[in-house]
Amino acid sequence: MWRRYLLWFAHEHVDFRHAEINSILSLFKIPIKFIEKPCLEKPYWIVELPSEDCAKKIASRSVLMKNCIELWSRAKSIDQLHINLRKSLQNTTSKWIFENVECAEHICPKELIDVCCSPNSSFKIEVETFCKHFSIQEKLDKIEEFTYLPLKGSVKLKNPDITLSYLEFYGVNPNNVPEQPYDLFFGKWISEGQRDLIRFHSLKKRKFIGNTSMDAQLAIVMANQAQIAPGHIVIDPFVGSGSLLIAAAHFGAYVWGSDIDYMMLHGRTRPTRVGQKVRSKEESIKNNLKQYGTESKYIDILVSDFSLPLWRDGVKFDAMITDPPYGVREPTEKIGIERNNYTLSEEHLTNHIPSKVEYGLPHIYSDLLNFAARHLEMNGRLVCWFPVIRADYQDEQLPSHPCLKLIANSEQILTKLTARRLLTYEKICDDVSSVTVDPSSGVPNFRDKYFAIGEETRRERKERRAEEIATYAAVKARLGNEVT
Amino acid sequence: MKLITHNMLTSKCLKGVVTGYPLAINATDIKVKEVDFNPEFISRVIPKLDWEVLWVAADSIGHSDGLPRSLENKYDENEEFLKKAHKVLLEVEVEEGHLTCPESGRQFPISKGIPNMLLNEAEVQ
Repeated sequence: MWRRYLLWFAHEHVDFRHAEINSILSLFKIPIKFIEKPCLEKPYWIVELPSEDCAKKIASRSVLMKNCIELWSRAKSIDQLHINLRKSLQNTTSKWIFENVECAEHICPKELIDVCCSPNSSFKIEVETFCKHFSIQEKLDKIEEFTYLPLKGSVKLKNPDITLSYLEFYGVNPNNVPEQPYDLFFGKWISEGQRDLIRFHSLKKRKFIGNTSMDAQLAIVMANQAQIAPGHIVIDPFVGSGSLLIAAAHFGAYVWGSDIDYMMLHGRTRPTRVGQKVRSKEESIKNNLKQYGTESKYIDILVSDFSLPLWRDGVKFDAMITDPPYGVREPTEKIGIERNNYTLSEEHLTNHIPSKVEYGLPHIYSDLLNFAARHLEMNGRLVCWFPVIRADYQDEQLPSHPCLKLIANSEQILTKLTARRLLTYEKICDDVSSVTVDPSSGVPNFRDKYFAIGEETRRERKERRAEEIATYAAVKARLGNEVT
Repeated sequence: MKLITHNMLTSKCLKGVVTGYPLAINATDIKVKEVDFNPEFISRVIPKLDWEVLWVAADSIGHSDGLPRSLENKYDENEEFLKKAHKVLLEVEVEEGHLTCPESGRQFPISKGIPNMLLNEAEVQ
């Protein structure tokens, strides 16, 4: 029998929720049925899954999901919840009953509750409220309401055999919290998502970070969307300080990285942390993996220019995850020189630092997609960020390639005007023979627009402020005149 | 740099170089570091490699002891072999030295285990 579950999410990165969970479902080949259409305003999904094991597998990967609960009762008011649960104790049909579809009153089969009532299983009840705070006493009062449940085991607060969860949902607007909850749930706690990884991988405690190191949570979302699995080989061609490799290695992948920035890979750039004068000798991507216990997943880091070929034909990676430079905080550069017929004398060759020229975003993305088409395994995934000006954004701007299918596209808002989109492509065709993406196609140059828009609004803002001050002064002067 | 990486690298970035493979290794400092043995991974990665190139590379830096020159049929069932392959692929590290392009002779330095495959601006014109 399929079981009914409540998947409870953290209410952040909402636009990534479907993309992450869908990737995990397809990775483990788990079918899912939605009992209620998911809604972005609600941090929960009500679904049916074939087994508890499936629910646990999802929880073992998802960083956006807080926890997963086997649903016993759901109602729109506190009284109704208890009525439903009491009715459940009589429900011997082995099926879920919908008494009233409008009010979404769900009555579970009796067996679900019965298996938890053995005198040998210790238990506890947890109360969680979303968007409203309650004192411990108030929560205890809520727990006391459940005394009619035939739980025969002893209460144990630390590591009980069974944890029962009671959730009250008061909406997502903290400025308008209702007296009574909108939605209530009760059930058996199954598993926790990977929220703890956010703290474990936190940049605050990481040895080696750069100015644009990826936030731990988003790096894990990326690894999930790339469907990284143990033993995979993964590459990040714009590796920087290697944040994405940490997430990939956490899920068991063996990792390569390359970057044009020699100083970064050797941990010799100016320190990123406030107050740090010099980088310590231990700062490196390898030591980052060591810090998280995945050192054996480190393969190699290379200094190389992504605009030029590096890998042997036929080298295939299982996944690529990368965050290319956008040209704002990190420069978009490749080796080159504007002058013609430039030569270097023999004596200058050693320790020579090559000059760089602009490597525009359209070129970077066309190279990236061509590389993915050539060097990904069939059905392998490319997960990368793409910066956009929000007002101008259109789906047609996104880079595309005939061998790659866009699977997911989620927006993270960066500023009032800009955002970046996490794009997930899957390789659907192996015949790359000569298909190359034209760099002049669609992709706009983010940097030019970023600064053009920024400056305009800055000037506008200044003018507006000046006007406001002038009006204020005029009003004040007039009032002053009237008084005298 | 590990030999698994060497097996996949070329110097095709250079103008006029067609295959740029395999690169010759000239090592001045080699370390052997212990890495967790994962037989599934090794069996999975071997078909992706050019075994002959791996053997020659291992031999050139003095680490081909006991490594067969060609792959036997059921190598994935031979744990002793997989352990040897594991050592050569993941544990032997070229810390200092350089890689040489087989066609042009251009050298790419390796320092602190990180190969520098960058060209200079005169070479990309």
